[in-house]
Amino acid sequence: MTKSRTRVGPRGTRAPALDVDALLDDPATGIIVCCGSGGVGKTTTSAALALRAAERGRKVVVLTIDPARRLAQSMGIAELDNTPRPVADIDTADGGRLDAMMLDMKRTFDEVVESQASPDKAAQILQNPFYIALSSSFAGTQEYMAMEKLGQIHGTSVADGTYDLIVVDTPPSRSALDFLDAPERLSSFLDGRFIRLMLAPARGPARLMTAGLGIITNAMTRILGAQVLRDLQTFVAALDTVFGGFRQRAQKTYALLQAEGTAFLVVAAPEPDALREAAYFVERLSEDRMPLAGLIVNRASPVPAGTVSADEAMAAAERLRREDPHSSTAGMLRLHADQTRLVEREARLRRRFDAAHPQVATAVVPALAGDVHDLDGLRRVGELLAVRQG
Amino acid sequence: MSDWPKVRLHVVTGKGGTGKSTVAAALALALADSGKNVLLCEVEGRQGIARMFDVDPLPPEERRLTTGLPGADGEPGVVHALHIDPEAALLEYLSLYYKLGRAGRALDRFGVIEFATTIAPGVRDVLLTGKVFEAVQRNSRNKGAIQYDAVVLDGPPTGRIVQFLNVSNELAGLAKVGPIKSQSDTMMTLFRSPRTAVHLVTVLEEMPVQETADGIAQLREADLPVGGVVVNLVRPQDLSAEDLAVARAGTLDRARVASDLEAAGIEADTGLVDGLLAEARDHAERRALEDSQRVLVGGLGVPTYELPRLAQGVDLGALYELAASLRAQGMSS
Ligand SMILES: Nc1ncnc2c1ncn2[C@@H]1O[C@H](COP(=O)(O)OP(=O)(O)OP(=O)(O)O)[C@@H](O)[C@H]1O
Ligand SMILES: Nc1ncnc2c1ncn2[C@@H]1O[C@H](COP(=O)(O)OP(=O)(O)OP(=O)(O)O)[C@@H](O)[C@H]1O
Ligand SMILES: [Mg+2]
Ligand SMILES: [Mg+2]
Repeated sequence: MTKSRTRVGPRGTRAPALDVDALLDDPATGIIVCCGSGGVGKTTTSAALALRAAERGRKVVVLTIDPARRLAQSMGIAELDNTPRPVADIDTADGGRLDAMMLDMKRTFDEVVESQASPDKAAQILQNPFYIALSSSFAGTQEYMAMEKLGQIHGTSVADGTYDLIVVDTPPSRSALDFLDAPERLSSFLDGRFIRLMLAPARGPARLMTAGLGIITNAMTRILGAQVLRDLQTFVAALDTVFGGFRQRAQKTYALLQAEGTAFLVVAAPEPDALREAAYFVERLSEDRMPLAGLIVNRASPVPAGTVSADEAMAAAERLRREDPHSSTAGMLRLHADQTRLVEREARLRRRFDAAHPQVATAVVPALAGDVHDLDGLRRVGELLAVRQG
Repeated sequence: MSDWPKVRLHVVTGKGGTGKSTVAAALALALADSGKNVLLCEVEGRQGIARMFDVDPLPPEERRLTTGLPGADGEPGVVHALHIDPEAALLEYLSLYYKLGRAGRALDRFGVIEFATTIAPGVRDVLLTGKVFEAVQRNSRNKGAIQYDAVVLDGPPTGRIVQFLNVSNELAGLAKVGPIKSQSDTMMTLFRSPRTAVHLVTVLEEMPVQETADGIAQLREADLPVGGVVVNLVRPQDLSAEDLAVARAGTLDRARVASDLEAAGIEADTGLVDGLLAEARDHAERRALEDSQRVLVGGLGVPTYELPRLAQGVDLGALYELAASLRAQGMSS
């Protein structure tokens, strides 16, 4: 691939170039969070950034979520054990290191419960059907657990200096905002009217509430049966004792995300949905005073060489096909036309984003011909990330 | 002739972002020919249908959406849309089966409805699938309601689809009595029958194809009927197998390309020729990866359909184009 083919996107885009190496090299950068909608390349980007930072001398840990199997194997994290493991075969000449881990959401949740309750009580909670639903399928649990794990790793690395940079991948969700909304969702669920109601009798005289509870428990017993109601009461009671501490921890982590040393990178594919999500996210970060470092447009179509337009290429292909229906040059011209149309469309989409958010520093990573499934692939993505688009 | 003549309920699943909503919409258009009525349902609360068809956000009730793709007789049918909302469904359900009176209102006021639909295991799914079930099962006794020839569900992603459809199993530990239980048993009978097909959308990349294979295995294990695999976002097929091999080896004939370009009236400067050769090489590498994934898809033992990656993106016109392609490949008649 020649140099000129990695130059991607519209020439004359207004957005300033994101200086990835400056961000990675700055000792003040302590946490990098890669957000974005599903499938845009968050896991790949976080791993590539972490590897690049480590090979530039930083002591890095990367927290990945559901990496592709081959990528996980090549990083030596195919076994889930919820603790960071050193990545072999990285270049440590500059004194850096790289640990990696893959988040186990349910296990992280269970560990929190185990750390907050007596063994008997914890065992009881872990078997409760409502807890199982909450810890395995509540929308937002994965995001919340990613934050919990970030909090834990940050806590230990501040204490013993193991790492000076934590790179965080975020779960595959439709919306990048889910990551920021998760703690609030969980808290508002735990603070929900119903849960407060179930707790009311235990909390002294709330006559009105208690009267309401009678009606409700009768109705629910009729619909669901008594066992379900008992499970529910156990669960709610556990919430009160165990999860009180949760909210505090979540607030602490949220504050960590707002602090100076954190940098958010929004990853997007040059697609309408992904860029719309990226725009929402950028706006939300500024509302919440969270530090946005920039936008990464990943898997951009490489700009074709030459100045032949899509229509010209198609017309020429037609002419060649008339002479020789199997002309391979005709095929290449049609590919060129397709590529040119893609690039034009992506450029339009990016201009729309840039017009609304001209201040957001941007890096563009072209779509590679192959998958990114090993350290060499990650290095390649890291290099491309660091190319500043003028 | 369609590959799925008996199917009334088409469920579309797949890895996130592979094109489930696009394929569900195109399939609904393809099924709605010759005066047929087709219902397109969404359950994920994201108003994807409204966005794709460029209409106002949908309420939680059935709406006429658009006309379908005309059939051989030149006549189209009608596509209707339903945005299924679990809270609305639960309230409706309770008032239908339980005369709860004051208690029903209290349940809502005290947040029980919200609680139940967010967390109670299986409740949310049984309510969502319940609405779909009702639309499929309608008959002439349901006065005034449209009887659908087919229902298409833009479903949850592969990782959740089995749990989603396996309602009676999910509820087993929860509601052992009452109408929820007996209804979920009838629902399972439909979902397991040849009147249902669960189609999987994928792209020709490693992770989505792996997820498709895992999904099919899980569906089979749960006795749920596997439909077809729709391979979406397929790259253009403009180069022959020989050209691809030569392009990958880097031995495409430069001089030939240059003289062809000149013959076609395009100035063949070195930059352009180099560019075309490099594009062809990258394309060939990607196609080789796609081909290896296509072999895996072919080995899954189910009918497959392919949809092209449209360089201009998907607008309303493109949905009809994709619908026509699905029909031509036999996914609908
Ligand atoms: N620049 C690139 N060029 C080519 N392939 C890429 C590029 N970036 C990512 N990929 C590939 O795209 C796929 C999806 O990437 P990745 O898993 O990083 O996305 P993600 O945002 O983490 O997805 P999810 O939301 O599912 O977690 C992977 O197969 C990866 O190898
Ligand atoms: N054949 C195609 N050609 C070009 N673009 C496509 C094609 N199919 C889908 N897309 C685009 O890809 C994006 C994702 O498609 P879609 O929303 O249908 O996926 P999905 O699987 O429903 O995603 P989600 O998991 O977020 O619900 C959309 O922007 C859509 O327009
Ligand atoms: Mg990921
Ligand atoms: Mg969708």
